[in-house]
Amino acid sequence: MRILDNTVAWIDERFPLTKMLEEHVTKYYAPKNFNFWYYFGALSLLVLVIQLVTGIFLTMNYKPDGDLAFASVEYIMRDVNYGWLIRYMHSTGASMFFVVVYLHMFRALMYGSYKKPRELLWIFGMLIYVCLMAEAFMGYLLPWGQMSYWGAQVIISLFGAIPFGIGDALTLWLRGDYIVSDATLNRFFALHVIAVPLVLIMLVVAHILALHEVGSNNPDGIDIKKNKNAQGIPRDGIPFHPYYTVKDFMGAIVFLIVFFTIVFFMPEMGGYFLEHANFIPADPLKTPEHIAPVWYFTPFYAILRAVPSKLGGVIAMGSAILVLFFLPWIDRNGIRSIRYRSLAYKVLLFSFVIAFIILGYYGMQAPTPVGTFISRLCSLIYFGFFVGLFFVSRSEKTKPLPERVTS
Amino acid sequence: MASKNNKRTSSKPPGNQQAGQRATDNMEHDATQVIRDSSESSIDMSGVDTKRRRMLVTGASVVGGLGAVALAAPLFSSMSPSERAKAAGAPVEADISKLVEGQSMTVEWRGKPVWIVRRTPEALASLAKVQGELRDPDCVEPQQPDYARNDTRSIKPELLVMVGICTHLGCSPTYRPDIAPADLGKDWLGGFFCPCHGSKFDFSGRVYAGVPAPTNLEVPPHKYLSDSLILIGVDQGAAA
Repeated sequence: MRILDNTVAWIDERFPLTKMLEEHVTKYYAPKNFNFWYYFGALSLLVLVIQLVTGIFLTMNYKPDGDLAFASVEYIMRDVNYGWLIRYMHSTGASMFFVVVYLHMFRALMYGSYKKPRELLWIFGMLIYVCLMAEAFMGYLLPWGQMSYWGAQVIISLFGAIPFGIGDALTLWLRGDYIVSDATLNRFFALHVIAVPLVLIMLVVAHILALHEVGSNNPDGIDIKKNKNAQGIPRDGIPFHPYYTVKDFMGAIVFLIVFFTIVFFMPEMGGYFLEHANFIPADPLKTPEHIAPVWYFTPFYAILRAVPSKLGGVIAMGSAILVLFFLPWIDRNGIRSIRYRSLAYKVLLFSFVIAFIILGYYGMQAPTPVGTFISRLCSLIYFGFFVGLFFVSRSEKTKPLPERVTS
Repeated sequence: MASKNNKRTSSKPPGNQQAGQRATDNMEHDATQVIRDSSESSIDMSGVDTKRRRMLVTGASVVGGLGAVALAAPLFSSMSPSERAKAAGAPVEADISKLVEGQSMTVEWRGKPVWIVRRTPEALASLAKVQGELRDPDCVEPQQPDYARNDTRSIKPELLVMVGICTHLGCSPTYRPDIAPADLGKDWLGGFFCPCHGSKFDFSGRVYAGVPAPTNLEVPPHKYLSDSLILIGVDQGAAA
C-alpha cells in the first residue's frame, strides 16, 4: 500500500492524476435521482470501446480491395480463429450503438437536457451522432456486398442533387471514379478506421468535459447546485464513484446479456442488422430489387422519399438532422423536465416519437402509394414538432417545480 | 592565495549587483523616454514593440496559412479520379448484329450499364401516346447529345442507346416491354421501371411526371462505326 501511495504521489507531482480522477469520478457529484434512462450515456461509451477493439482486430484480416474485400470478410467468418465472433460483435455493435444513442437522445428530449446551460453539450452530442452516421455508412461499404455497394451508390448520388454542376463534380470527387469502385472502397476504409474514429473520440471527450463543467441534468430538470451544504457539495448530489459506477456496471451486465444473445443467436436480426442482399458480392451492373439502408437510417430515408423532387428530398432529409442542432433555441420554455410541462408538450413529443418510428418502418419498405402517403404525413409531424414546440413552449402552462429532487 | 581569492569573490557580487541595477534603470528610462517622445509609439509599458510583434505574427500566420492551402490542394486532388480510372473510362464498341427486334443488350462503359434496345414499331408508336404524361417530353434537359434530341432520342429511330442508371438515386431500372402487367397497371404501354423507388420511363427513357426521378435517362455520346457496330463514349462526327 505504501508503494502504491508513493507511486501515486510521484505521478501527481508530474501529472494531474488524482486531480483528474477527483474532478471527473470520485468527486463529480451527480444528482441522486437518476433513473433507467440514465444508463445509455455510459452504455454508448461501452459500445464505442467494443467497436474500437473489435475494429482493430478486424483490420488485421480485412482487405480493402474491390477484388478481395468480399472474400476477406468471408475468410474472417470461416477461417480466422473466432473471426465470426469479432465480426458479429462489430456488426451488432453498430446497430446497438444506434439503439443506445437514440434512447440517450430521447432522454435528453424528455428531461430538457439540451437547455441552458447545456446547449454546447447537446451540440457536441449531435456532432457525435452525425459522425456516427458517417462512420456507420462508410463501414457498411467495406463488406463489399450488393447492399453495401448500392447503398453507397444511392447515398453518394444524394450529393449530386446540388445544382450548378457542383453536385456532379462533388460525387465524382467523393467516389474517385465514375462509379463506386475500388478507389471508393479504399478511401472509405481510410476514413472509417482513422479519420472519423479520431474525430469521434475527440468529440466524446469534449462531450464529457462539457457535461462535467455544467453538471448532469436529472429527471426533475432542476439545478442541484442551487442547494449546497457547508462543504459546497450539492445536497442532492452523490459522487459518481462509487454510486453511479456500480449502477452503470449493473446496466452494462444487462446490456451485455442482450448484446451477446444477439451476437450468438441472431446476428443478422432477420435482415435488419445485416441485410440479406449483402451476402451477394457487389455487382455494379445489377441493382438489387429493393434497396433499403440499415434500420437506423430509415426514418431519414423515408423523409427523403416522401418528397417528390430529388433536390427537395435531399434538403428535407438534411434539415431533419440539422433542425435538431437548434433545439435549445427552438424550445423557449425555461422548465426542463417533461414532468412539469404541459399536456400540449407531451402530445407533441409523443407524436414526434411515433412519427419517427413509423418513418423508420416505411423507410425499410418498398415504395407503395399508401406508404408514401403515410411517410408524407409523418414527415409533416416530424417537422411539425419543432414548429409546434417553438410556439407552445412560449406560453405553456407548466407545473410548479419542487425545491429538491424527487425520488 | 586563498585570501586573494576570497577577496575577489567577496568584492565581486556588490559590483555585479550595481551593474545589474544600472542596466534595469537604463531600460526603464529608455522605455519611458520612447513613450514620452512619440504619442503614436507601439511600444508598451514593458518595452515590447507590439506593432512589430503583430506584424510578425500576422506574417507568419499568412505564410503558414498559404502553406496549409498549398498542401491541401494536392491532398484533395489525390481524391479525384486517377489517370488509370480516367483511362478505364475509354470508349467501348458494341456489336449489335445479333440484336433482334424487341430485344435489349447491356454493355459496360465507365463501369455503368449501357443498354442498346432494338425497338419494335409498336414501341415506337407508344412514344407519341404517352407524350402528355411525361415530365420533359421534348427533352429540354441536356440529358442527351444534340443529335439524339428527338422523339426517339436516338440516331436511328429503332435503336436506343441509353445509360441504364436511374436519374433519381442511381439504381438500374428494368426493361419492361410487356403491356399492362399486373404490377404496373393496365395503362402501362411498356418502357423502363425502376424497382428502387418506382420511377417510370417510356420506351425512349423519358421520365413520367409524378415519380421521384427528376430527369430523363441519359443518352451517352455514341456513333455508328458500321450498321452493326456502335462506339459508345465518342460523339457522332468526332474522330474515334
